[in-house]
Amino acid sequence: MIVGERKPFDEIVGFVRDCKKILIAGCNECVTVCCAGGKKEVGILSSALKMAFSKEGKDLEVKEVTLERQCDPEYVQQLSEYYDQYDAIVSMACGVGVQELAMSYQDKLVFPALNTNFMGASQGQGVWEERCQGCGACVLGRTGGLCPIARCAKSLLNGPCGGSMNGKCEISKDVDCVWQLIIDRLTGLNQLQMLEDIFPVKDWSCAGHGGPRKVVREDLKS
Amino acid sequence: MKSGSNLERILESGHFAVCAEAGPPKGSSPKVIQKKGGPLKSCCDAVNVTDNQTAIVRMSSISGCVLLKELGLEPVLQMVVRDRNRLALQSDLLGAAALGIRNVLCLSGDHQKFGNHPTAKGVYDIDSIQFLQMVKTMRDEHKFINGEDISGDVPFFIGAAANPFADPFEFRVTRLAKKINAGADFIQTQGIFDVAKFVEWMKMVRDRGLHERTHILAGLIPMKSVGMARYMRNNVPGLSVPKVLVDRMADSKDPKEEGVKICVEAIEQLTDVEGVHGVHVMAVAWEDIVPRIVEEAGLMPRPVV
Ligand code: SF4
Ligand code: SF4
Repeated sequence: MIVGERKPFDEIVGFVRDCKKILIAGCNECVTVCCAGGKKEVGILSSALKMAFSKEGKDLEVKEVTLERQCDPEYVQQLSEYYDQYDAIVSMACGVGVQELAMSYQDKLVFPALNTNFMGASQGQGVWEERCQGCGACVLGRTGGLCPIARCAKSLLNGPCGGSMNGKCEISKDVDCVWQLIIDRLTGLNQLQMLEDIFPVKDWSCAGHGGPRKVVREDLKS
Repeated sequence: MKSGSNLERILESGHFAVCAEAGPPKGSSPKVIQKKGGPLKSCCDAVNVTDNQTAIVRMSSISGCVLLKELGLEPVLQMVVRDRNRLALQSDLLGAAALGIRNVLCLSGDHQKFGNHPTAKGVYDIDSIQFLQMVKTMRDEHKFINGEDISGDVPFFIGAAANPFADPFEFRVTRLAKKINAGADFIQTQGIFDVAKFVEWMKMVRDRGLHERTHILAGLIPMKSVGMARYMRNNVPGLSVPKVLVDRMADSKDPKEEGVKICVEAIEQLTDVEGVHGVHVMAVAWEDIVPRIVEEAGLMPRPVV
């Protein structure tokens, strides 16, 4: 899923300081699962903003809504009937959702309430870790199913650097060295010889360095 | 001869090589590197010039190499893939070749997080093994990494690093083999304090016959104080400093003297290890001790080939 976390409260207050009526839009997908921008968090942000405004002697009217998905125009359209009654929309979706709202409602200010972090997985209560950078040419078939692009601090493709110690990455004792994990896994599978060949230089053009990416599936196009 | 460098000639003629290291300054004065180079001139076959070492911005390694060359020393250009993509690496290699630099050491580089610009974007377009392969292709096939022709020669003696003390230990020999296959003519190892572990690693290296396909130079870091010994033991990823050495430094009345002694003893042990073709003394901020260490280790005078 896409993992995000709420921005510092003051930053959000700064966005809407001059507003009287705002619409806070949550999203029912990834950011609900990672407890950053679902229905519950929309309610919390709404109350906190109203309280902050009333402390300054100002009124703030808030409409709370949580869309099924903000990355899908079909759901984003649901705001069209009433969005114009508000001074601004605060999106609690990932950066994709924020942009879908911004592009759908050209005449309305749209602000992000989250910092979108990464594509990752839950690792127990309140912990998420990065797993994929969407590099467009997945190498997991050659690395035991574990990603050196997203999970090695140097995106190395030919094995661990000289800073790997006791299973941890040189950047922090809290970060696993993914190359240690890859080697352990391939050793267990008796496939370590997979790492003997030199992994050739990577084509980063499909990883975003070739400009914004787009996927077109002719077979599905209407 | 691949490059005709002094280091290559020394190693190819079967002599035991001595390299040292000179880090460029956090400033623009040529004097700093000239001053470091002075005492190294007669006791070393080549001097590594570090490339934004520990991710701290310094004068460029190419400039440092040129300054040393002007003094009559032979530089080894260190280059890390942290700060340059494939375009910048190749263009700097052409420039270095034009300036007469003949040795290059291809490295990943310490992560930018450790340095003085921890919020920088790291490059890591290619890794150190792909980098070695790229330099070899430029030298041997006169081709860029994209297959286009290069005009002129790119004569480098190509080096790589190896760290026998990092994990996973068993894979370290595989990684060395990959570096040799990629094009490493010589290897400079991480600083060795745990000689026994290094000897064990060298046995694995010899079991695969790798010592016959490259020149391995054993790395040494002379210790100046017990504080330095402790710091390296506890804080530097990839270094392994046995407790007995820290204790020796702590118990000594003259820690600098003890540091020299430990270093010389290590060199004496390492020269006997089959497959070790030289030493690389990294006396960080203590370059002027190198002549004494080389002398006491019985490696003077340096051969002229
Ligand atoms: S190799 Fe690329 S696509 Fe595959 S997991 Fe890693 S970043 Fe994602
Ligand atoms: S320690 Fe491991 S994860 Fe960290 S940069 Fe080195 S190889 Fe990558």
